[in-house]
Amino acid sequence: MEGLERIVLAHPFFAGFEAELGQVVSGCARNLRFETGQYLFRAGDEANEIFLIRQGVVSIEIAAPGQKPTVFATEREGEIVGAAWMVPPYRWRFDARATSLTRAIGIDARCLREKCEADDHLGYEMMKRFLPVVARRLDETRLQMLDVYGKQSA
Amino acid sequence: MTAAEDPFIPLPYCVGRVRRETGDTASLELLPLAGPRPSFKAGQFNMLTAFGVGEVAISMSGDPAETEGFVHTVRNVGAVSGALARLETGAALGLRGPFGTAWPTEEAIGADVLIVAGGLGLAPLRPAIYEVLARRERYGRVVLLYGTRSPRDILYRAEMGRWRRRLDVDIEITVDHADPAWHGNVGVVPRLIPRMSFDPQNTFAMVCGPEVMMRFTASALHEAGVSFERIWISMERNMKCAIGLCGHCQFGPDFICKDGPVMRYDRIASLLAVREI
Ligand SMILES: Cc1cc2nc3c(=O)[nH]c(=O)nc-3n(C[C@H](O)[C@H](O)[C@H](O)COP(=O)(O)OP(=O)(O)OC[C@H]3O[C@@H](n4cnc5c(N)ncnc54)[C@H](O)[C@@H]3O)c2cc1C
Ligand code: FES
Repeated sequence: MEGLERIVLAHPFFAGFEAELGQVVSGCARNLRFETGQYLFRAGDEANEIFLIRQGVVSIEIAAPGQKPTVFATEREGEIVGAAWMVPPYRWRFDARATSLTRAIGIDARCLREKCEADDHLGYEMMKRFLPVVARRLDETRLQMLDVYGKQSA
Repeated sequence: MTAAEDPFIPLPYCVGRVRRETGDTASLELLPLAGPRPSFKAGQFNMLTAFGVGEVAISMSGDPAETEGFVHTVRNVGAVSGALARLETGAALGLRGPFGTAWPTEEAIGADVLIVAGGLGLAPLRPAIYEVLARRERYGRVVLLYGTRSPRDILYRAEMGRWRRRLDVDIEITVDHADPAWHGNVGVVPRLIPRMSFDPQNTFAMVCGPEVMMRFTASALHEAGVSFERIWISMERNMKCAIGLCGHCQFGPDFICKDGPVMRYDRIASLLAVREI
């Protein structure tokens, strides 16, 4: 097994992934490093990569013109950043910024989309991994929206 | 019957020290004006009377091992809590108690302890934290997870800082949102659970916060392998008598003032989702 393939399969997101599929996905992967403060992507940019965090912390931010950005999530080692690669028009809706030295595996989204289109089994396996992440984030967002620590919510 | 014996008659107390914790929350040290302060267990509450305004239930937030006064952390959410949170040193108030059940700090000896607090829920858990830390060697891993609205709303900031410096406690704080100057976690508190190391088969979890947060936390704990019989939560309902007579705080077959506020999750899980209760 190649070094990169081993690293991809060792990431918790790919726990239990079939070795052959791991090989296919690794064909779209590269090693990345972000310094503190560096952006992984900015809102509006093309969503052309998925990031599997291996080390460090990434904050997900939203900014309104003329105001300080608001951080609404942090992702760290073992987690993934970026789901917009799956949904047309494939544009990031938020900013993602490394808040400490961050190492990640980047998976080329166009390459992965093409491979998923060509192989239903791979596509379904990727969906099975992404959907729980998306569903969990939806739950978390709802909980944050409820503002449970605010005064009206007890 | 003397006032000390009649659970309906508030005893006179006065405010010793006041600590302003956040914009709307204060910790008050309450000293008895007559007689000794009764002992209490971590998790219990008192009924505090702001004279001329009303009476509300407020948990103890101080150290049960200290004998001088009671410490209560009060958040101004309405008429009575507002009047209490605004009290100054020397002010008089009435107090009945202690009432209710306690956190399972004795049963948890020998096990890992996972304390999960949301917002003001850290206040009723603080006495349990003091107890566990005072006998730290008798427990396995000790983990404290605290979620609140924003960095401005973090309670007991200095004390949290001291606990975080200890090598024998794992503490993570998360906020719902922050500006980029905040370097900690952002997200909901149940999210922190899978990141922590503890033995789910041998863990006692103590959870306090808004009910929705406790439900999400209990299900995250369950997913991590902690059984519902090992999860304890502290419930809040409007209280009047606080001794199981008036029925104001009824929750299914239980009265929160007497059978709670600290309750085992498996006993009440099915009721928590029922809107009418
Ligand atoms: C066992 C127990 C322990 C408690 N421990 C504490 C404690 O340690 N510290 C503390 O500050 N409070 C505590 N409370 C809650 C406290 O009793 C209530 O906040 C208080 O009764 C509110 O009364 P009020 O007259 O100030 O407000 P009300 O006029 O009764 O309520 C005003 C508004 O505040 C909302 N509200 C009521 N309670 C809460 C709440 N808990 N949080 C947010 N909004 C609320 C109401 O929905 C209403 O909109 C405890 C309650 C119980 C049952
Ligand atoms: S407050 Fe009266 S029964 Fe609980």
